[in-house]
Amino acid sequence: MRTRSGLMRRVGDLAFQALGIIVTLAALLALATLIYDVAHDGLGRISWQFLTSYPSRRPESAGILGPLVGSLFVIGLTAAIAVPAGVAAAIYLEEYARRTFVSRVIEINIANLAGVPSIIYGLLGLGLFVRAMGMGRSVLAGAATLALLVLPMVIISTREALRAVPPSLREGSYALGATRWQTMWHQVLPAALPGILTGLILALSRAMGETAPLITIGALTYVGFVPDGIWSPFTVLPIQIFNWVSRPQAAFAVNAAAGILVLLVLLLALNAVAIILRDRYQKRLA
Amino acid sequence: MTTDAQRPLVPLAPLSARHAEAPPSRVKISVAGLNFFYGDKQALKGITTDIGANVVTAFIGPSGCGKSTFLRTLNRMNDIIPGARVEGRAAIDGLDIYRPGTDVVALRRRVGMVFQKSNPFPKSIFENIAYGLRVNGIAGSRSELQGRVEESLKAAAIWDEVKDRLKESALALSGGQQQRLCIARALAIQPEILLMDEPASALDPIATQRIEELIYRLKESYTIVIVTHNMQQAARVSDFTAFFWLGELVEYGPTHRIFTNPKEKLTEDYVTGRFG
Repeated sequence: MRTRSGLMRRVGDLAFQALGIIVTLAALLALATLIYDVAHDGLGRISWQFLTSYPSRRPESAGILGPLVGSLFVIGLTAAIAVPAGVAAAIYLEEYARRTFVSRVIEINIANLAGVPSIIYGLLGLGLFVRAMGMGRSVLAGAATLALLVLPMVIISTREALRAVPPSLREGSYALGATRWQTMWHQVLPAALPGILTGLILALSRAMGETAPLITIGALTYVGFVPDGIWSPFTVLPIQIFNWVSRPQAAFAVNAAAGILVLLVLLLALNAVAIILRDRYQKRLA
Repeated sequence: MTTDAQRPLVPLAPLSARHAEAPPSRVKISVAGLNFFYGDKQALKGITTDIGANVVTAFIGPSGCGKSTFLRTLNRMNDIIPGARVEGRAAIDGLDIYRPGTDVVALRRRVGMVFQKSNPFPKSIFENIAYGLRVNGIAGSRSELQGRVEESLKAAAIWDEVKDRLKESALALSGGQQQRLCIARALAIQPEILLMDEPASALDPIATQRIEELIYRLKESYTIVIVTHNMQQAARVSDFTAFFWLGELVEYGPTHRIFTNPKEKLTEDYVTGRFG
């Protein structure tokens, strides 16, 4: 009796393990195929010329400089807006706000906002930043729109990181006569920093891949210059890729593949920075 | 004032008889009619007692009897808990710590606390001690800070073990060392009262013995209140003992008498190990 049920349990365990491996391999295989396909088409196109040239009607002399700088500029500005606002909002909601009806409504709405399609944010950005606030089709308008888009993600992940800080740490600080702000600044935030950073980078990675909201607010698709300030028109990598893919000439599809590779490298670099920062802070804490 | 909810559940001797043996020393903490609620649940029922200065007072009782809750009302640590509510009076040096306008941060500077589970900050040993001095703006110069840190570590009998590794992480210390570090941290800001919530419950016998020796020495300079599950420990370290049961203070008196000649049947049953 006992051995039979033991056998059944082992079979079940093995079956689940096998299923898990198969599913993981399937996902990896799909990703590998995708990367192989893109690399096969685009790797040969990547060159210094490609990285430092502006768009052109002739695919072989077209390049990605405008969108590359545009993407970096927009994401940098997005981070500058979304990170302080999002982290501050999370600290307020998690540590200061009383658990009232209003605060609960705010919480639920933030969670809902995280699920709103990005094109809706684009429409909001068009109406609010581009038109009502008169920012025009500028880097600032794009960054502000993307900042709104990632704000719910930043708030939610920061709150989770704050919540994961053990209460004993807060109690230890309060018991020494530290104020709420001192406890927050000297103990809770440093302890939550690795988790906060991870959430921030994930949110910014998402912003970097967004196309729809920026098209909606009127980012250009043909940019023969590098944005020279926050009021400058701009384009970003996903828009340029989208533009090239929709051209009939095959040579532009090669450009698109090369552009995708550049975007992937940028995203991986961003994630690598997140991992390095997190490890460094975790080591310091341990 | 006395409602049914506050009436003791067990037949107790009149208050005057139970408190006939007030501490001989100066009264440091004076509590009268203290009720405590977690939401709707009443955790403390009409606690009235005086705690003497420069003696060790132990709170004993079974789990959930309210002894830790009572300890945490004395530095208003329960304020952090949502839905917690206090009624009645708890005075330190004659001044009610629950009167409106009380500076809770200043109160906690005067009333230090050591927790059941040692909770050093994830920083260096030095920074753990220096933190309390910094947030309270106590030590001005670098040398003053270093002097205070050394003094506190010596007072907590851990200096010799850590003096060569002050820059190392406090989390690398053993459990017993961490707890003594937490005591040093509490002592650094020179409180008047030291609250200890089962400070040795997670430690091995040798580490426990070191903490108990430390408590014995510290009562010269501090008023110490200790919660413990361990009755031998209460008998060893304390001068006065208070027995709590179901949120009530059942009996309070000199430790020796509580353990050898308790007046309440409930106390006797507990200290002789018949329940709990």
